[in-house]
Amino acid sequence: MDFLNAFVALSNFVLIPAIAYGSQLALGALGVTLIYGILRFSNFAHGDTMAFGTMVAILFTWWFQSMGISLGPLPTALLAIPFGIAGAAALLLLTDRVVYRFYRAQKAKPVILVIVSMGVMFIYNGLTRVVLGPDDQRFADGERFLIGALDFRRMTGLEEGLAIKSTQAITLVTAIIVVALLFWFLTYTRTGKSMRAYSDNEDLALLSGINPERVVMVTWLIVAALATIAGVLYGLDKSYKPFTYFQLLLPVFASAIVGGLGSPLGAIAGGFIIAFSEVGIVYAWKRVVAHMVPEAWEPEGLLQLLSTDYKFAVSFVILVIVLLFRPTGLFRGKAV
Amino acid sequence: MSSDPYGDRGNRDRSIANPDGMGEIDGTRPAGTARPGAGGAFLEGHAMTGGYGRGADILHDCTIAVERGEIAVIVGPNGAGKSTAMKAVFGMLDIRQGAVLLDGEDITALSPQARVRKGMGFVPQTNNIFTSMTVEENLEMGAFIRRDDFRQTMEQVYDLFPILKEKRRQPAGELSGGQRQQVAVGRALMTKPKVLMLDEPTAGVSPIVMDELFDRIIEVARTGIPILMVEQNARQALEIADRGYVLVQGRNAYTDTGAALLANPEVRRSFLGG
Repeated sequence: MDFLNAFVALSNFVLIPAIAYGSQLALGALGVTLIYGILRFSNFAHGDTMAFGTMVAILFTWWFQSMGISLGPLPTALLAIPFGIAGAAALLLLTDRVVYRFYRAQKAKPVILVIVSMGVMFIYNGLTRVVLGPDDQRFADGERFLIGALDFRRMTGLEEGLAIKSTQAITLVTAIIVVALLFWFLTYTRTGKSMRAYSDNEDLALLSGINPERVVMVTWLIVAALATIAGVLYGLDKSYKPFTYFQLLLPVFASAIVGGLGSPLGAIAGGFIIAFSEVGIVYAWKRVVAHMVPEAWEPEGLLQLLSTDYKFAVSFVILVIVLLFRPTGLFRGKAV
Repeated sequence: MSSDPYGDRGNRDRSIANPDGMGEIDGTRPAGTARPGAGGAFLEGHAMTGGYGRGADILHDCTIAVERGEIAVIVGPNGAGKSTAMKAVFGMLDIRQGAVLLDGEDITALSPQARVRKGMGFVPQTNNIFTSMTVEENLEMGAFIRRDDFRQTMEQVYDLFPILKEKRRQPAGELSGGQRQQVAVGRALMTKPKVLMLDEPTAGVSPIVMDELFDRIIEVARTGIPILMVEQNARQALEIADRGYVLVQGRNAYTDTGAALLANPEVRRSFLGG
């Protein structure tokens, strides 16, 4: 029995990847929850917004790389994020102007906007594929590992190795900074408060002199930033493929709903719950268990609950369970 | 097929749609500009005709006005268009004929948000507070258009409604009906409005709270802010009114001082229950 090795294996294969993935989901879910709370509909185009913003960031990354600009050990993509955000913001504001604004003026019910966002999703989908194509793109550079598995083994003398990818560390740090900024903004700034007021009661916000169109604009800008950052971090950590981002919609929505739609805190908790469930359920636990039990008891099977191909089923099942038994989510969002 | 393609059909699924807090006012409407207008009272909705959207007219040649330092009250039976008249004055519905004048300016073309900046304060009948925000945040949102230091105004509101100071860190949604109305009036006062419009401020509160609210409203009027209000409790409202309007089916039925309307036998018989 060797608990230390078991824990290292667990960290290496479950904890660290899930923390990174959870941060990416949390950032995505925050965007979804903001749109749900302020613009009042579930934005099905969010996955493709992430894909678009990331695409712009990738194009700028390649440009920077071709000019020889780099951040040393950090990925050049970090430098391209602001440009990606600007691209996504331009696209979102344009969409709002030509599509969503029309429905807002009609006072269309939110469910109509949900369907509208689905149409927007297909447009974004095509847009990204026209510009960058449907294939995998690599844009990560810089130092690949913070700690490599071999180094770790040499340092500690343990049998199991622990690798921390630099992208995982960057993901976590960036997510913490972004979330802290967002909460500070919503809680203390005048614009943030006006967004909460608009979310609470549109008419009264307007009667207080808050310009509703400005609130909507600021919301799209924040959503563009959250989506692009989440997308770039995911792309650095794993890989960039437009279809993968479209598929991310399911875990992102599951995160937002598990935490409670409309609740920013819930979106973060939901992101980590979904990430840990997904990684935990598709992980082959044989290695960790082998360290924990006497040799004679060592399992013969892989102890993998689901094949990795089915990882989206995990979000889906959690989503269904939450909607059946606690539809308001963990943090009592607005869904009932 | 429903005749309204933007209606409520299929809107119950809260996991994708969030109708809470949705408004009725079209915030995307482009705002016109104010033009110099001729005379009239300090705030006057002059000969207004109009209704909601493309629907039938609710107001017909209806005039309501309030002078500086006065309380004007609109009374009338249910469905007489009292609230509609207020909303028309505030620009929440398009009037087809007539004009709205404020302090010598024609503001008919202005959007509601622009009217707030012109110095009009409005307290709607329902949903008149931000329930998820604290009392203090509600007042801050009231002062949203002010860039100067509004702490003094907040102190004045707290002096007027001492209970709000006690509860300033509580979410406004947790307060009682009367306290909520105080928050609603306080929020509107935070802009330092030139005129205050109240839509049935005493709806749904107990008689004791109602008397207290009326006292507070008189106090506000004494500070020099003209008040235009709609009231269900016609008798009490007319008692404190300098000017009263009785509306019937969107038309001016009687217009006089409050005291004169109370003394008018026809008004008494038809609208005040004898």
